[in-house]
Amino acid sequence: MAIIQFREALNQAMCEEMDRDPNVFLMGEEVAQYQGAYKVSQGMLQRFGEKRVIDTPITEAGFAGLGIGAAMVGLRPIIEMMTWNFGILAFDQIFNNAAKIRYMSGGQFKVPMVVRGPSGAAHALGAQHSQSIESMVAHVPGLIVIAPSTPADGKGLLKSAIRDDNTVIFMESEMMYGQKGEVPEEEYVIPIGVGDIKRIGKDVTIVAWSKMLHVVLTAADELMKEGIEAEVIDPRTIRPLDEGLILSSVKKTNHCVVVEEAWPFASVGKEVAHRVYSKAFDYLDAPIEHVNGEDVPMPYATNLEKLMLPNVSKVVAAVKKSLNRL
Amino acid sequence: MAETRTVVKQAKKPRWANLDLSNAKLIDMYRQMLLIRRFEERAAQEYGKSKIGGFCHLYIGQEAVGVGAIAALRKDDYIFSSYRDHGHALAAGMDPNGIMAELFGKFTGCSKGMGGSMHMFDASKNFMGGYGIVGGHVPLASGTAFASKYTGKDSVTICFFGEAAANQGVFHETLNLAALWKLPVIFICENNRYGMGTAVERASAVWDIYQKASAYDMDRLAVDGMDVLEMYRVIKRAADRARKNSSPTMIEARTYRFRGHSMSDPIHGHYRTKEEVEEQKKSDPIPGFAAELLAAGVLTQAMIDQMELEIKNIVNEAVDFADHSPEPPAEFLFENVYV
Repeated sequence: MAIIQFREALNQAMCEEMDRDPNVFLMGEEVAQYQGAYKVSQGMLQRFGEKRVIDTPITEAGFAGLGIGAAMVGLRPIIEMMTWNFGILAFDQIFNNAAKIRYMSGGQFKVPMVVRGPSGAAHALGAQHSQSIESMVAHVPGLIVIAPSTPADGKGLLKSAIRDDNTVIFMESEMMYGQKGEVPEEEYVIPIGVGDIKRIGKDVTIVAWSKMLHVVLTAADELMKEGIEAEVIDPRTIRPLDEGLILSSVKKTNHCVVVEEAWPFASVGKEVAHRVYSKAFDYLDAPIEHVNGEDVPMPYATNLEKLMLPNVSKVVAAVKKSLNRL
Repeated sequence: MAETRTVVKQAKKPRWANLDLSNAKLIDMYRQMLLIRRFEERAAQEYGKSKIGGFCHLYIGQEAVGVGAIAALRKDDYIFSSYRDHGHALAAGMDPNGIMAELFGKFTGCSKGMGGSMHMFDASKNFMGGYGIVGGHVPLASGTAFASKYTGKDSVTICFFGEAAANQGVFHETLNLAALWKLPVIFICENNRYGMGTAVERASAVWDIYQKASAYDMDRLAVDGMDVLEMYRVIKRAADRARKNSSPTMIEARTYRFRGHSMSDPIHGHYRTKEEVEEQKKSDPIPGFAAELLAAGVLTQAMIDQMELEIKNIVNEAVDFADHSPEPPAEFLFENVYV
């Protein structure tokens, strides 16, 4: 296995798929000459040329819509949003067109497009650059939503996303682009909709994805010092959700904590809880605990930003509350 | 509507002398306009009988725009429409039975009953759909044009929208991209003077809508949208140029809708007078074109009478077909959400 950065893993996924299929192209702000705002597309312009690696003006709704039209007639666009905060400008295109064209045309057209970019907070970027969008997009039928947490998952899932005939919302993280991890040398894909047990345990199930997965793994180390063995489930795909994996873990541990960076109101974590309550209620020994970002816009001040976000001690406290060991 | 039409009945040569239009094609263009008119008159009646639900936006009065534009295209060109899409669908050669069945919400409809009045689709005709968010479909047209260029095809894309859509941000984003990347797309703004009940003068700082394209240094012009030959002429020229040079054009077709914004509102009322509508009806594109074809001997009154009869039968059959078609099965509710 090679040890590479998350951004390199995503870069490999795109390059391999562009080698494989001439209809795949990358379009977005600063993806070509600048080599990517976060260097995810480093070297791709030199490798594939300006026909297939395309710098856009700052016009998110425009180039997202262009991608949809191109996908309707057989191309397979990868649309990079510099961050998903800017991608919000393209929500009309994604919600009203990409997610619905197949349905409202009675199945005549499909929109095989990946829209990818970082979601969530980085450091001190303030209220407009620090939003987690998963519940906004996961609410819409017709969209697939993926939020990987490791370079290997990122690569395998991005390759699946590019090959998928649906519109896929792919969420990365500024904070994880430099993170390193083992990635198989040989070609592989990870199927959409299949979660992963990131740590095996017997006392409590913690569900987390993307950046929060790493907070949870650190918290699990802390908990282990007190003899609490947490099982950490990474759904990897938000929609469709690998409900079976979560339920089977909860049935084993009888406790469930969901950790997410997003705001608490109507969040994906609440959907996870609903599935567990409705399908594994009798297995629960305690109410499901939630750790979310606080229900406020992101403050700039670093001390308050830390307070706003989930962290290890919040996760440890939630687990102990669930286990009645506070 | 300041421009006057140039119908010259006594001209030695007909206006189409310099256009590559056979008599058969001229007759077909007339027939299509008449079919749209009669089809929608009937759709309005069926709406009144609650056979058609939801919103139903009629194209009556604007037929020359869609018919003239689409007549200038090839079969491998792409067509995008807005929510006022029945006329474009018929002009694209879609089956009237399938369109009426779609209006009736039937499984035999062109979108299997899943789209309705605002969302007609027909992949076999490259009819890329009717869209219900004002201006929201405009960037999609730049996408098919991009794909043509990417794959080395010389297909052209045309995109219909109303003058109100030209105030939306995404319209401007798309014009910028199309001009910047020289995409083979023709933006056809059907300026029928009202965005629902808001007059263009109350909605846009610039009243010559085609001039909005000047911000993107795009070829642009205004045309009499009540004149099917003028529509044909300008779209043919724009399409030829798009094919040859891969360049976009913005065309403002000045037209008028004779009915309300949708079936839910009256023909005239708070925002326009009966006198205005009656005055505009003097520019009705259908009798105007008929007079010209009759004068030139391309059509005879007997042929028009025969055509009316045939169209009546087509429309009757479409209603009958829609009426007797099955609804989508319950399990279809969950089909086609994902591939």
